[in-house]
Amino acid sequence: MASDTGFDVKRQYGFSTIAVICFVSLYLPVILLVVYSFNAGSSVAIWEGFSLQWYRSAWANDQVQDATIRSLVIAFWAALISTSVAVLAALATTRVRRFRGYSAVFAAINQPLMVPEIVTAVALLIFFAGIKVQTGYTGLGYLILAHSAFCIPFAYLPIRARLQGMDLTLEQAAADLYASSFQVFRRITLPQLWPGILAGAMLAFVISLDDVVITEFVKSAGQDTLPTYMLGQLRRVVTPEVNAISTVLLALSVTMVIAFFFVTRIRK
Amino acid sequence: MNNLARIRERRENRNRWLLLTPALVILIFAASGPLLITLVYSFLTAGDYGGVKWEFSTDAWFNVFFQRDIFDDTLSFADAHLSIFWRSVKLSLLTTLGAVVLGFPTAYFIATRPKHHRDFWMLLIMIPFWTNLLIRTFAVMELIRNEGTLNTFLMTIGVIDAPLQILFTETAIIIGMLYVYLPLMVLPLYASMERLDFSLIEAGYDLYASRVSVLRRIILPLVKPGLIAGSILVFVPSLGAYVTPRVMGGGKQLMLGNLIELQFGQGRNWPLGAALSITLLAIVMVALLFYVRVAGREGGGHG
Repeated sequence: MASDTGFDVKRQYGFSTIAVICFVSLYLPVILLVVYSFNAGSSVAIWEGFSLQWYRSAWANDQVQDATIRSLVIAFWAALISTSVAVLAALATTRVRRFRGYSAVFAAINQPLMVPEIVTAVALLIFFAGIKVQTGYTGLGYLILAHSAFCIPFAYLPIRARLQGMDLTLEQAAADLYASSFQVFRRITLPQLWPGILAGAMLAFVISLDDVVITEFVKSAGQDTLPTYMLGQLRRVVTPEVNAISTVLLALSVTMVIAFFFVTRIRK
Repeated sequence: MNNLARIRERRENRNRWLLLTPALVILIFAASGPLLITLVYSFLTAGDYGGVKWEFSTDAWFNVFFQRDIFDDTLSFADAHLSIFWRSVKLSLLTTLGAVVLGFPTAYFIATRPKHHRDFWMLLIMIPFWTNLLIRTFAVMELIRNEGTLNTFLMTIGVIDAPLQILFTETAIIIGMLYVYLPLMVLPLYASMERLDFSLIEAGYDLYASRVSVLRRIILPLVKPGLIAGSILVFVPSLGAYVTPRVMGGGKQLMLGNLIELQFGQGRNWPLGAALSITLLAIVMVALLFYVRVAGREGGGHG
C-alpha cells in the first residue's frame, strides 16, 4: 500500500518492535524448558551438557508411568464420548430453522467455556462426593464423565463449523432418490463431515489431556493424571525430570494442534 | 397437506430432541446440575469435618462479606476476603492492561502482514494457547525463580549481586497470567484489525494527521469492539485463575480461586466455598453478557 513517495500508511512506530518482543517472550520460556530437559546436571538454569538421563528417570518412575497411562485412558474416553454426542448435537442444531429452546441448548453446550473452571471443579467435587458416599464407587468414571462434559463444546464447535459450510443439495438429492435418512447420513453427510469430526476429537483429546483444575478436585486418592502429578511435584525441589515430562506433553499437544489446523483446512 | 406438514414437523422435532439427549444428559450430570447443587449448598450449614449439615442458613453468604467478632459480636467487613477480592480484581485488571499494551501492537503487526503470511503469524500466537497451561506457567516459573535462568544470567554478567525475588509476588502472578492469556487478547483484536479499511487511514494522512492522531482518531475507534472483547476475554479467566496464582504466588498471594479451594481443604467450610464460587460465577456472567452485547454489535455494524 506504500504510495510512490515511500510513505507507508500501515506503519506505527514501535509496533513491530513490541510484536517481536511478544513473539520472542511467548516462545523463550517454553524453549528454555525444553532445552533444560536435556541437561546433564540437575539444574534447570545452568547448562552442564547434553543427556537423556531425565527422560530415562521419568520413564523409570512408576508414578509417572501410571499417571501417563491414566491421562491417556481418560483423554481417549473423553474424546470418544464427547465427540460422539457432539456429532449428534451438531446435526440437531445446525442447518435447521430456529426451534424453541435453541438458545438454551446452545448455552448448555457452551457452558463449560463460560463458567470458570474452579467453579465447575468445586461443583463437581460437591456433587460427586455425594454420589461416592451413596454408591461407594470411586473409579475413573467420575473423571471420564467430568472430562467428557467439558470437552463437548470443543468437539462441537469444529463439527458445527464444518456442517455449516456443507450445502444441503446433495442430501436433498439423495432423499429425492428414496434414500432413507440413515442412508443419507451414512453415505452423504458423514463422508463430508469427517474432517470436522476428526478435528473435534483431536481438540477434545488435547483439552482433556491438559486439564488440571477439574481433575485436581474430582480425582480420588491415587488417581493422579500427568498434569496433577506435576502440580504436586512443584512444591518440591525442581529437577529437569519435570521438564522432561513437560516436553513430552508439549510435543503431543503441538503435534495435535498443528494436525488440527491442517485438518480444518481440508477442502469442503 | 396441512396435516402432513404438521406430522412431518412433529417428527422432525422428536428426532431433534433424540439427537440432543446424550449431550444434554452428560452436561446436566457434569456441568449444569452440579452448579445448581452448589447454589443449594451455599445456603446450608457447614459440617464439623467438611461437608454440610442439611439446615438452612445464610451464614455462608453473610461470611463472604462480613465477619462477626467472636468476643463482642460486633460486625465488620471480612478483611481477609475483601483483600483477596481486591487483589483478584487488581491483578486481573493489570493483566488486562498489560495484554492491551503487548497485544494491540502484535495484532496490528499481524494484520498488516501480506495476506498469505497472516495465518502463519496467527498460528504462532495460537500454538502456545492450545498447549498445557500448567506447563506454560511452569516454564515462566523456571525463568524467574531465584535460581532460574533470568537471575543466573543477570548475576553472571554482574548486573545484580543477589537474585531478584520475583517468584511468589503479585508481579509474578501478573507475569504468569499475562503469559498464558495474551493470545485471548490478540485473537479478537486481530479479527477487528483484519477488516480495517486502510483507505480511511490514507485519507487521514492526506489531511495531514500525524501517526499518533491516526492511531487515536481512526484506528482505535474502528477496532474498539475487538479491544473490548479481548479485554473481557483476558479479564474473565484471570479473575477465576487458580493454577497460575498457586504456582506463581506460592500459596502466599491468594486469589479468589485459591480462596475457594481453601474452603474445601483446610478451611472445611463448604457452604462458604459454594457461596464464594457463586459470587465469582455472577461476576463472570455479568462480564460475559457485556461481551455478548459488544460482539453482537460488532457483527452488525462497523464498515
